[in-house]
Amino acid sequence: MNKISIQNLSLQYADGAESLRGINMEIPQNAVTVLFGPAGGGKSTLLRCLNRLNDLTDVKTSSGSIFIDGEDILSPNIDVTALRRKVGMVFARPVPLPMSIRENVTYGLEVSGEKRRSKLDEAVERSLKLAAIWDEIKDRLDEPAVALSGGQQQRVCLARVLALQPEIILLDEPTSGLDPISTGKVEEALQELKKEFTVILVPHSVQQAARTADYAAFFLSGQLIEYNVGKSIFTAPKEKKTEDYIMGRFG
Amino acid sequence: MTKIFSRNRYLVQRVGFALITLMALATVTPIIGVIAFILLKGGSAISWQFLSGFPFDGMRAGGILPAIVGTLYLTVGTAVFSVPLGIAAAIYLSEYAKDNQWTRLIRLAIINLAGIPSVVYGLFGLGLFVLFLKFGTSILAASLTLSIMTLPVIISTAEEALRAVPQSFRTVSISLGATRWETIRRIVLKEALPGILTGVILGLERAAGETAPILFTGAAFFLPRLPNSPFDATMALPYHLFVISTQVPEMPVQIQYGTALVLLVFVLTMNLTATVIRSRARAKRQW
Repeated sequence: MNKISIQNLSLQYADGAESLRGINMEIPQNAVTVLFGPAGGGKSTLLRCLNRLNDLTDVKTSSGSIFIDGEDILSPNIDVTALRRKVGMVFARPVPLPMSIRENVTYGLEVSGEKRRSKLDEAVERSLKLAAIWDEIKDRLDEPAVALSGGQQQRVCLARVLALQPEIILLDEPTSGLDPISTGKVEEALQELKKEFTVILVPHSVQQAARTADYAAFFLSGQLIEYNVGKSIFTAPKEKKTEDYIMGRFG
Repeated sequence: MTKIFSRNRYLVQRVGFALITLMALATVTPIIGVIAFILLKGGSAISWQFLSGFPFDGMRAGGILPAIVGTLYLTVGTAVFSVPLGIAAAIYLSEYAKDNQWTRLIRLAIINLAGIPSVVYGLFGLGLFVLFLKFGTSILAASLTLSIMTLPVIISTAEEALRAVPQSFRTVSISLGATRWETIRRIVLKEALPGILTGVILGLERAAGETAPILFTGAAFFLPRLPNSPFDATMALPYHLFVISTQVPEMPVQIQYGTALVLLVFVLTMNLTATVIRSRARAKRQW
């Protein structure tokens, strides 16, 4: 079943940097969809459309629509804070908020008005377990989150998103600053997550794209070049440009 | 050949460092000198009676309580107006304002406000608060005048403190479903608070030590009692010091320096508080 439907989406930033041109894409539920391609291709821009984080940026023009569960999220009438709770995001660099691990995980819930201690504690345990970090840090929950290693921080950031019980999780090169072991742990977590969530990942390498993708979309200069099941796109790409990129001929 | 050269370079470096160290010491000397001098000449004037009594005999004897209390009132009065206004303006400039002609004009105004001589503020306060708004020569008028003078300091240091909070915190907070205001209140303000507080204290400290802005707006030459309403005029330490140093013949030097010492301690305590807050916050900071 398709969770997200992107229709004729175009966007241009005021500084002319990255842009999207006429994107049409259906993103299925309970799968990992990767958006890959060279830098500046529009992958992150697309992610930031899905949770309206682009509202913070100077956007010059945008057109088209994005439907999540049939609702146009680009409409000015939607509640963006509710949207962002439903569509969580993990960033390239782990950014622990300047507070304890526990407070990091409960931040989103507290902002949305949850005050019951039992609910918050339960969310902390559940989401840290889902992010595969509970056992490592369960005795240090009240320590500042910055004290953790980079890999641990990133999984806490993931847990922070999971605590809100989102339906969609966006990951923008979540392992770009991590060592191979931590990367492996995050990738493992993703495979678990897709059972419950719709996962959209911008990978930090083609290898990671191939390892994790159920579906893969190749972006180049703001255009969607090819979109297919992961297995076929990485073994038998249809487009010459996709093949060139996968074979490492450019990018 | 190279060896001789390198020895030469080390010599140049050593002489250079020595000179820089000497200059650094030279800048500290006058500060220490001032404090030592005032302590030496005014220390003997300090007594319980001096701190808690009223002046008498044309201020040639007695204490300076009304001036101490007056300066305290003026500092608090200034804080009441300038702190909320200054922080609000800083939040607007740092978090909400877009970079356009209008905000650039506001910033330019703030910078220029900081450069206006304090006596001009005094005259402005006289015209606006004392005469036009009919507050009279009062604590209220003086506090408002001092507030205007203090605002640029508070706004610019608070804005700087707010901007120093990493942008990524804001992005993350908003991505977790917080509104902009929630983000500011829960994260940005909390992290910027020590910096803001430092700016507030430094601004108020300047207000506490000023004479010119209160000269026409709220300072009294002599009052037989403490002020009991914001519409009363008040004695104040800097103005009192000015008065007893220039207007009263045969003034005992000891009382002048004693008054200066009290003012100095008042201001330095504020300064020290700011320093402690800043260094504590820096040690605790997680970014």
